[in-house]
This record gives sequence, structure tokens and C-alpha cells, in this order.
Amino acid sequence: MTAGLNNYLVLSAVLFSIGLYGALSRKNAVVVLMCVEIMLNAANLSLVAFSRFVTPVALSGQTVAIFSITAAAAEVAVGLAVVIALYRQRGTVDVNDINLLKW
Amino acid sequence: MGINIAFWVLAVLAATGALAVVSARSLFRTALGLVLCFLSIAGLFFTLSADFLGIVQVLIYVGAIAVLLIMAIMLTRDVEKGNLPSTLKIPALVSGLAFAGLSVWVMLNTSWQVSSEAPTTPTASTLGNLLFDQGGLVLGVEIAAMLLLAALIGAISAAREK
Repeated sequence: MTAGLNNYLVLSAVLFSIGLYGALSRKNAVVVLMCVEIMLNAANLSLVAFSRFVTPVALSGQTVAIFSITAAAAEVAVGLAVVIALYRQRGTVDVNDINLLKW
Repeated sequence: MGINIAFWVLAVLAATGALAVVSARSLFRTALGLVLCFLSIAGLFFTLSADFLGIVQVLIYVGAIAVLLIMAIMLTRDVEKGNLPSTLKIPALVSGLAFAGLSVWVMLNTSWQVSSEAPTTPTASTLGNLLFDQGGLVLGVEIAAMLLLAALIGAISAAREK
């Protein structure tokens, strides 16, 4: 079976859904960050797949993917710094215990 | 033919790594599953003839982000049994499956304008022209640089000891 655009898009949707499930259902804040990274990677995969199959010469999708990778790197740096600050303050990274802003 | 086999093998590896992230009990295995997922996505970029992005993926995701996450895991207690589900497990599963079904249905029912042209290889010089040439995305590159600097300063000021 030839791997076409639809194969890559379905794989990207599957990876995104696994990441979504993990981000909503895990207790550990670091694992939640990891699942967000999986979701960003799934989006990058579909961007590159579109770039390969829809605009193979112009490479516009890959340009967007470069900016998306930059944003992901900034996000994980700030996210982990927040997790470390939380661990210093509260001694836990369990998202169920970090509910100070919960109404 | 070889690219098809590579796609299926890498797709199974990427899904396995992602499933390991959400299901492994030990936090360390979670991180290793994440590395497996990132590496197979880098391989998938190579099968899509995106050589520059494949190398960037290995350098940034596997080299920097995964190492950063493993460092953060070392800080938390009970690494062995740290990856527990919260009370939202069933709604999360339902919403994940609903999203997967909806997006796959939309993707398969859209007629994409697939082009039959041969892809550009190597991509690095074309991407460089797109980003830095006249009429390119130089402003976006500058803004991304400012974003990275702001994230760097923000991360240092959030994580340092008061």
C-alpha cells in the first residue's frame, strides 16, 4: 500500500488524540507537558505532509513547521520552569493538588 | 517501495511511543517512549523528503526537549510509579476518541489538491531563501528570536531560587 497524504494525516490525528487523552487524564504536570509536545509534533507532521504532497516545490508548510518548533521550544522551557517553581513552593507536581485558582 | 515500508514501520513506532507516554507507570519509561516517538517522527520527516526539518527535529526535540524533560523528572518524587491517571480518565478517553474520529472523518472526506511534482531536495537552501530572502519571512524570524529570548529570561526568573 502506497503511503499517501491520507496515511500521514490519519497518523497525525492518531498521535494528536493520544496526546489529547494524555494531557487531559494524567496527574503529573511533567507528563502533561510531554503530551502537549506530542500534540505539537502531530501538528508538525501534518504540516510537513501537506508541504510534501500539496506544495512540493514551494515548501510553505515546512516554513510554518520551523516557527511551530520554535514556539514549542519556548513553551517547554517556560513550562518546566513553572513546574520547578511549583515544586519548590508546594512540594508536589500533581495537577489535582494545584487548584488555588479553582472556583 | 522502501519509503512505504519505512512509513509503516515508523508510524507503528511513533504510535507505540505515544501510547507508552500515556500508559507506562514509571516516569522514566514515559520519557523513553517520548524519545522513541520524537525519533520516529524525525524519520517520518525524512520519508517526506524534509531533510532539514528531520535534523532539526533530532537536534531540538530529542537533543534538547527530551533531556530537559528527563531532568525535570529527576526532580519529582516516586519516579517508579509517578504516572497515575486523574479522576478525569473516562471523559478524557471519550474526548480523545471523539476528536480522532471527527478529524479522521473530515480528512478522508476532503479532496486535497495533491500535486504530482517531484519534491525539492535538498530543502535547506530553499528554506533559507524563503526565510531570509527579500520578500521572505525575516520579520517572523526576528519575532521568533525575541520570543526565544523572552522565554529564556522568563524561565530563568521563574525557576531561580528566591
